[in-house]
Amino acid sequence: MKNWGFKISQPRILDFDTADLESYSRLVEKVPSAHRCLMCGACTATCSANVHTEFNFRNTHLMFRRGQFDGLADELDKCMLCGKCKLVCPRGVNTRAIIYNMRIVLSDMNYKSIEL
Amino acid sequence: MTNKKHFWNEYQKDIADDNYYYERSCIRQSFFPGSETTFLRILRDELGKTIIDDQNQHTCTGIGYHSDVVQFDTTMTVCARLFSLMSDKGLKNFVPSCVTSFGVFAEVFETWNHFPEELEKTRNYLRKATGREFKVPENIAHPSDIIYKNRKELKAKMKYQLVNRHTGKPLRVVEHIGCHYGKIFSKHAVGGAEFPQVLAGMIEEWGGEVIDYPERRHCCGFGFRQYLVMANRGYSVANTQKKFESMSPYKPDFVLTNCPGCTMFMDRWQYTIAEMEGKTYDENGMGIPVLTYEELAGLLLGYNPWDLGFQVHQVQVEPLLDKIGIEYDPSDKFVGKSGKFLGEPEKPENLIVDYGK
Repeated sequence: MKNWGFKISQPRILDFDTADLESYSRLVEKVPSAHRCLMCGACTATCSANVHTEFNFRNTHLMFRRGQFDGLADELDKCMLCGKCKLVCPRGVNTRAIIYNMRIVLSDMNYKSIEL
Repeated sequence: MTNKKHFWNEYQKDIADDNYYYERSCIRQSFFPGSETTFLRILRDELGKTIIDDQNQHTCTGIGYHSDVVQFDTTMTVCARLFSLMSDKGLKNFVPSCVTSFGVFAEVFETWNHFPEELEKTRNYLRKATGREFKVPENIAHPSDIIYKNRKELKAKMKYQLVNRHTGKPLRVVEHIGCHYGKIFSKHAVGGAEFPQVLAGMIEEWGGEVIDYPERRHCCGFGFRQYLVMANRGYSVANTQKKFESMSPYKPDFVLTNCPGCTMFMDRWQYTIAEMEGKTYDENGMGIPVLTYEELAGLLLGYNPWDLGFQVHQVQVEPLLDKIGIEYDPSDKFVGKSGKFLGEPEKPENLIVDYGK
């Protein structure tokens, strides 16, 4: 292969025509309150795992919603499922159930995750 | 309704009818060597216009200016020298071949219009540097404006139309207009930045069908800062890839452009993408031909394709010539003006190049 000295830069835009949005629909079937999330980040602000790691529920939820799954299973493994985030959510979103079900959906898609 | 405003009138521009001063592009004569000579031939032989091709002309500084190595004061002074050459010929209508130049001149005009002191400063700079004086052109038109203005007259002289001779249907054409033509100072463009009509008007008049696709107004992938530094070229080719990904489902027969950079990069990057990723954007692996508007006009007028410079296109145009029904001699493709065979270029690994022998 010829050495060009450069590669085609991959765009960072999200193409909703090709992104996998179906998995999020599966999640919402299990946890209907997921629709109410407005990404305020109160969950992340109170997260115990976030104190010791860079785990960010708001971010992982957003990535999952957009169909961007790479590296997500490893992130979700950092959650201890303590449920404090659920207590502070101003919209009454069942955040703990979201994480639990994201793990199941990702596991079905053969993304690495802890055994459930 | 008498008070009804005709908004389309606001998107028109004045295009001089005759007596032009032609300013050649720095790069087009290397990349697409037949285009400028074809434009001059069409204006002189087909339309009977007067156009001066001055041997003393020079750069507008566009490439240096957009690469941040030439200051705007210098750019204005160099442009002023071009205007002084035009004044020497007694002409008032300036026609820059290159879309980058067109954008630079539009920027210079707008600067002088809003800041008259800059015009006086430029006059002083030019006087001190060269002893020359100049008049500001009364009209600036891109050559594609002039071809657009005369598209009906040219159609009457054309031997061919943009119709697929096998199916009888109009050819499907992607039109791509250089960003510096209408996106910077839209009042200098036919149709402005919102409804640029300059190429679409030619295609529709000459029998083709314009394709509207999602990334129609996206950059071609040139962009001086993206291309000039090798490490940044990934951004350049990524833009071209985005455009071709967007247009390929509509199965265009060819791409028509009015800018040197767009023609160059949409043609050559197809080769790069094919060699890097093995992907081409047509059905037979040969790529989508990219033509300049002069080449298209010359082709339909019946000029010899090899006089138009199609030999130096990366994506081969023979499939398009066959669709239109244009007669050509494949064995003449690489024969020089002297009549000697110049040799065939090396063939790419992935992009199919069939020289049709």
